[in-house]
Amino acid sequence: MNRYPSWKYLIIAVSILLGLVYTLPNFYGESPAVQISPLRTAPKADTALLQRVEDALKKANLPVDGMFLEAGGVKVRFADTDTQIKARDTLQSLLGNGYMVALNLLSNSPQWLTSIGALPMYLGLDLRGGVHFLLQVDMRGALSKALDRYSADIRGSLREKKISYAGLDKQGSQITVKFRNTESRAQGKAEISNTYADLDLREENVGAEFYLIANIKQEAQVRIQSSAVQQNITTLRNRVNELGVAEPIIQQAGVDRVVVQLPGVQDTAKAKDILGRTATLEVRMVDEGRDLEAALRGQVPFGSELYTERGGGPVLVKKQVVLTGDRITDAQPGFDNNSQPAVHIDLDGNGARIFRQLTHDNVGKRMAILLIEKNQAEVITAPVIREEIGGGRVQISGRMTTEEARDVALLLRAGALAAPMDIIEERTVGPSLGADNISRGFNSTLYGFLAIAVFMTIYYLVFGFISVTALGVNLLLLVGLLSILQATLTLPGMAAIALTLGMAIDANVLINERVRDELREGLSPQAAINAGYERAWGTILDSNVTTLIAGIALFAFGSGPVKGFAVVLCLGIATSMFSAVMVSRGIVNLVYGSRRKLERVSIGQIWKPATDKR
Amino acid sequence: MEFFRIKRDIPFMSWGKYTTTISLLTFVVAVFFLVTKGLNLGVDFTGGTVMEVAYSHPADTARIRDTLVKMGMPDASVQNFGTSRDVLIRLPAKPEMSSAKLSETVIAALRQDDEAAELRRVEFVGPQVGKELVENGALALLLVSLGIVAYLAVRFEWKFGVAGIIANLHDVVIILGFFAFFQWEFSLTVLAAILAILGYSVNESVVIFDRIRENFRKMRKATVNTVIDNAITRTMSRTIITHGSTQMVVISMFLFGGEPLHNFALALTIGILFGIYSSVLVASPILVLLGVSRKDIVRPEKKEEVQALP
Repeated sequence: MNRYPSWKYLIIAVSILLGLVYTLPNFYGESPAVQISPLRTAPKADTALLQRVEDALKKANLPVDGMFLEAGGVKVRFADTDTQIKARDTLQSLLGNGYMVALNLLSNSPQWLTSIGALPMYLGLDLRGGVHFLLQVDMRGALSKALDRYSADIRGSLREKKISYAGLDKQGSQITVKFRNTESRAQGKAEISNTYADLDLREENVGAEFYLIANIKQEAQVRIQSSAVQQNITTLRNRVNELGVAEPIIQQAGVDRVVVQLPGVQDTAKAKDILGRTATLEVRMVDEGRDLEAALRGQVPFGSELYTERGGGPVLVKKQVVLTGDRITDAQPGFDNNSQPAVHIDLDGNGARIFRQLTHDNVGKRMAILLIEKNQAEVITAPVIREEIGGGRVQISGRMTTEEARDVALLLRAGALAAPMDIIEERTVGPSLGADNISRGFNSTLYGFLAIAVFMTIYYLVFGFISVTALGVNLLLLVGLLSILQATLTLPGMAAIALTLGMAIDANVLINERVRDELREGLSPQAAINAGYERAWGTILDSNVTTLIAGIALFAFGSGPVKGFAVVLCLGIATSMFSAVMVSRGIVNLVYGSRRKLERVSIGQIWKPATDKR
Repeated sequence: MEFFRIKRDIPFMSWGKYTTTISLLTFVVAVFFLVTKGLNLGVDFTGGTVMEVAYSHPADTARIRDTLVKMGMPDASVQNFGTSRDVLIRLPAKPEMSSAKLSETVIAALRQDDEAAELRRVEFVGPQVGKELVENGALALLLVSLGIVAYLAVRFEWKFGVAGIIANLHDVVIILGFFAFFQWEFSLTVLAAILAILGYSVNESVVIFDRIRENFRKMRKATVNTVIDNAITRTMSRTIITHGSTQMVVISMFLFGGEPLHNFALALTIGILFGIYSSVLVASPILVLLGVSRKDIVRPEKKEEVQALP
């Protein structure tokens, strides 16, 4: 009765083998690497790129441990971090802005393991170090920006159709267009409702003026907001690429939130700065006809705004925007003719045309280039237009440092955020703490396991040893499963591995106690083993289900590290049921099952009450 | 080796009056501290900023505090953390400084004061996120409780479900009471430990209930109290050994897990100790109190079938 059919042994053997294979990569460790991925404008990663990288590294005399061409780019492995950093700098200056050159860690496991998908466990930020941000998208800001766009567009349409209007104002969540008479308002209304289907129009008369009030329709608001979140994610992705981070995670969380995880990032200040900035560029004309003195006294003329030029005097700038940052295709830091730091901007076809027209029409006048950040505009420079500028290449220089020029170029290149964002949660773990955490989790598990192993073997002898072997298999399968699933392993997750071991032994204790019980009742060893396993099974199932309920609830409601805890807990329950019952029974059957005349089993001393029958 | 050489069943049920009184008392004391002292909620729940800063030499907390006060943060708390070289700085949530910029300014100031300052960890949680985490935590606790009651009710009978969950929620309240009394920091990981221990302790009750059910079938003449006493006595050695094994791992976590797992291990330890107590001496008396009887388990019409079982 204590024999397993060979298919059961086969299952056990196969699962242990799979566990071994998939656990293996975790033992090889990782080595420093540099990852090169092409950005939008650059050509695809191909053998030519590989060749270039190889040549450059050879020329710089940097020894390489291995190079791989993958779909996403090229990865180069190095022996130590010094070479890695040197190589990064070399490659960065060689390849320029078209490529992302990022520091990374690559698993040292042999190629055949990688090719069957056996990867080391995916470590969470608290173990490998890095930054986690939760960003909240300002939805009202998204709508306000949309209203700005509509205002500019309506102005354009009315002017184009030669419909006269007295003024246009954006107030709160609505746009008010003022007309002098009802006819022009009717015309305006027809034109606006034809062109802008997303606006709700309402008429109102205030004194002698005829108002047309436009609101954004509800469904359009929802659409604008969701596309704002999407655009922000795209922009963030571009910016993170510019930062040079390997394996970043950027994803939507809920309706209006974005999670950004940057493993291995050290300079969190820089990361935060770049992620949070909402820089965009606007080109407007300087309002030279009006009285600057009066404006300084507080009487800013209608349709203009007062700014201070960076490092210069005050300027009056027209509110009307001629050109926005959306038209920029590329921006590079550099120097102007006077060796001052500057940003060189390339405009797309439309932008180039507008800019040529603008400069053609306004020779001798001043234009203003504004950098808008967090709803604050600053005039970087307000140069006099000397001649028509064609070709769509613009250079901005205005008393900035090289550092500033580089940041501005980066932000302009990556595009603007569709809506402002706030960091509402941040978790930063330094790399040294990450390494500490790994050893903490590892040691907890190791010594916990050893303690149990010693105790079980002393208390239950051979059966104890079998239980410990089963527990070892449990650990192996759990780590293998975590590696296969590539579930994120956090420090609480490592604690859960340890805890699972402590709880999984429960099943074996239950079985062993039951077997002792049955022996005490006077059953023959073979019958006692059988009965012990059979009877304990129901209890084991029950007790694991309750823990599973807790694990699932934790997974559903937990966040971040706690989720990691829950995943490991649930997986650990699954593997422990298998190993504690099937694997340990398999071993017991191998050891005892085939013996015809089994006099006694080694399960420790069984004490029988002297007073026998109750 | 055999630890437990129990000659006859221990009359647990006859101690019911005392044990229930003790439980009620500890429960009331725990609630008292929870109400008067309150939990020392971590940054996860309150919102705010926590920074872990490491120095290459023993850190001068008074000087760090001075620096922070000069920066206009008199309500910051500075304390040693693990070793004398590590410092934990807690900055309460400030509506006007809600941006994550705060930690940057602080570490910049500390570096200016002492070059050796190394930022090891920053946790910033916005107030609204903190509120959500509290809500989600409470919801998870509620769902786990309901799930366990439902499972026990289906698997056994509703009385077992109610007895099991009361016994184990009693543990949860006592763990919380300990955290309130000692003002240990209550973080997300501690909450995870409590939920895990809730699921784990119920195991204990399940094992005992299983025996009670089996005994109701086997010991046909015995009274309810005898049945329960026998069930508890016979599962005793397993209870102690299992919990002992789990506790060994938890001790290992306590010793080697460092600061991040410290409170986690503490919560587990209290949970395990009181888990033994409550599933033996709280769950069963409640079961009796609820009037459990043989009829609940052994249905009359199925008598023959049950007898036929080996």
